[in-house]
Amino acid sequence: MTTRRTNPKVDAVIVGFGWAGSLMAAELSRANMNVVAIDRGPWRDTFPDTPLTADPDELRWKTRRELLAPPHDTTLTMRNTLDQTAVPQRDFGISELGGGVGGQGFQWAGMAWRFNPWDFRVRSETIERYGMARAEDGELQLQDWGITYAELEPDYDRWEQIAGVAGQAGNLRGKLTSRGNPFEGPRSREYPTPKLKTLRMMEIFNKATSEMGLHPFTIPCANVSQAYVNPLGVTMAPCTYCGFCSSYGCGNYSKASPQTCVFPALLNNNPNFRLITNACVTRVNKAADGKSVTGVTYIDQNGSEVLQPADIICLTAFQMENVRLMLLSGIGKPYDPLTSEGVVGRNFSFQTVSGADLWFEEDHINPFIGAGGLGSQIDDYNSDNFDHSSLDFIGGAGILTLSRDGTPIANANKLPPGTPRWGSGFKRAYSNYYQNYGVLFNQGTSMPIKRGYLDLDPTYKDPFGLPLLRLTYDYARNDRAMATFTMNRAIQIGKRMGASQFSAFNFAEKPFTTAIGASNHTIGGAVMGADPTSSAVNSYLQSWDCHNVFVVGASAFPNNGGYNPTGTVGALALRAARAICGNYARKPGALQKG
Amino acid sequence: MDDEDVRTLKAVFDRLIPEDQFGPSASKVGCLDFLDAQLTGGYGEASTLYREGPEQPHEEQMLQKAQFIAIPRERYRAGLQALRAYILETDGASFADLPPSRQDEILAGMEQGTIKLGMALNTGAFFELMLTNVREGYFADPYYGGNKDMAGWKMIGFPGARYDYRAYTDRTGQKLNLVPVSLVPKN
Repeated sequence: MTTRRTNPKVDAVIVGFGWAGSLMAAELSRANMNVVAIDRGPWRDTFPDTPLTADPDELRWKTRRELLAPPHDTTLTMRNTLDQTAVPQRDFGISELGGGVGGQGFQWAGMAWRFNPWDFRVRSETIERYGMARAEDGELQLQDWGITYAELEPDYDRWEQIAGVAGQAGNLRGKLTSRGNPFEGPRSREYPTPKLKTLRMMEIFNKATSEMGLHPFTIPCANVSQAYVNPLGVTMAPCTYCGFCSSYGCGNYSKASPQTCVFPALLNNNPNFRLITNACVTRVNKAADGKSVTGVTYIDQNGSEVLQPADIICLTAFQMENVRLMLLSGIGKPYDPLTSEGVVGRNFSFQTVSGADLWFEEDHINPFIGAGGLGSQIDDYNSDNFDHSSLDFIGGAGILTLSRDGTPIANANKLPPGTPRWGSGFKRAYSNYYQNYGVLFNQGTSMPIKRGYLDLDPTYKDPFGLPLLRLTYDYARNDRAMATFTMNRAIQIGKRMGASQFSAFNFAEKPFTTAIGASNHTIGGAVMGADPTSSAVNSYLQSWDCHNVFVVGASAFPNNGGYNPTGTVGALALRAARAICGNYARKPGALQKG
Repeated sequence: MDDEDVRTLKAVFDRLIPEDQFGPSASKVGCLDFLDAQLTGGYGEASTLYREGPEQPHEEQMLQKAQFIAIPRERYRAGLQALRAYILETDGASFADLPPSRQDEILAGMEQGTIKLGMALNTGAFFELMLTNVREGYFADPYYGGNKDMAGWKMIGFPGARYDYRAYTDRTGQKLNLVPVSLVPKN
């Protein structure tokens, strides 16, 4: 490390400038706080990085993952059990960090969910409905979030308004409609823009599931369906169904991202805000009393170490990096998997995925028309929407089909079982089945286990010489049973859809691995709750140990719902920002009694 | 790569994606040029990979997927060398000079794990590397040197680098016959 300099002190420093960081920066600077955001990646925006003349490029963005932070710079090590030696993930895997400002929010698919009310109170609800033995099976470590869906609803609403989410309400202030998802929590108002079009694969799915007495609906999608101006005054253009969303920027200003929805309001002529790019925060610095922090240390693009003093520190990096920064900085007691004591690194969870690949004959799915979050789903087997009394698990999965991803390199792997992978047999099959492939994807809940956690690896280091994060995890018995149950539902639905061939899959049949992309939804490690002995942060995402540290992201979820996490990350960020601008600004200190 | 390596690779690629009624062969649409460009750039140097040691013997078992510290450029060199030595031993010839049926037999053996090209080489992973790259060349935008005349896209019916399908969203289940578009502007 060379020269060490100190920047002028600010009210708040934001570490990681993705969805959570940009939303908090916008809310705090609007409240006249002086804010600095620091991101390890470069500046990046639709123009000049992903205009329409560069965006529709599968090789560059989806195959080579040019929008992600490369494993070379940041990766993790993994093992399934405590007695194993962890190995590093050398190539891209499930841990996908954005490689520039905007984070993953720049290249995400855009499924814009709220969690089900049950997801926030899994422990209490399970005990109430099925008894203590179901909640305490010796392996699971269930704990409530310390907030309810109803408390988070206003923040969900604001996040949807900022992102311009396209969808159709299924539960409007308690009134159920058959046009949306009747299982969702009550919404205070309709989605900001109408739901997107129903494409071919969705038609097939909707017909079959309706005939089966299930309740299909269009997935809420962060691609605006019509021209839209969000509450920050930012304009978005209607989605053109180009299909280049997941792993891509949006050349059309249609997919919600920090760049499209927040940056223009934050970066234009705002004396309260400064952004520092290509700068990696390596440590949060504790005050002498250990009860608060004084700022952060980062390494700038020249390799110099810089101090950034601040009154408030918001860790809004990727889930994994939030946990790693807490461990590197000594904020909160590290978790011990043998005793279940300690809070940092606790309750890692994932997404328990099963489903079925489907092939049809003589159809024209036209899979190139679509959007990243566009599809149909049923929630009849998600959360606790069905009776688990006679089952041996809790939780469930959203069973969905997608109208997206008609990209030719990736889809060459989507051929019926037994099809030749090369030669004329491959070419014949792909010529036919490119237009006739669909998927039923069960995006399942994931329940934390006592022996699933994050800590620092004893061997492997990043380019700065800091330890990598180590993940110890395998699927819970509960989740394996859930995945099998929902896989069998997918097979029934696939048959009803008229698929001529199908191939069921269940990622939870095998040990967990970070190398094979079942999902990129990694969850937990700095979880929220009402009890300081089992959570790292309180219900405002404020550290129990250092009152001026807020840790915001999917790191805060004590368990994962059967949905994509981004909407809940956005809502929690806005909730934390509200608390900071309100009670905390008036009287800095613990916002909640432990 | 020397000339013999290039000859071998061309023969391998043209068995993986041969000339037939569905479309031209891999080499005809530029897959060798594609690979050459890829190996010359960041991909060939594994610039994104985490390559710090120690390399542990149980990495593949733990991750259920092979991973490498060796860079793709080096993996091709070592793989093609091992393939050359193996075929000299078994057939006394070059891969490129064997009849197609024998070439397919060797490739299938590499794919299915019945042929090992030597102790030091993960033969299955080398086969997968070649299959992955030839498919990339065949289906990536012509901008990268392969998929000449968008032959790969025409074969399956992918319209390419278009960005606006609003005129077609209501025509569900219909054959649209869209002529593909590349990122490379038309002359």
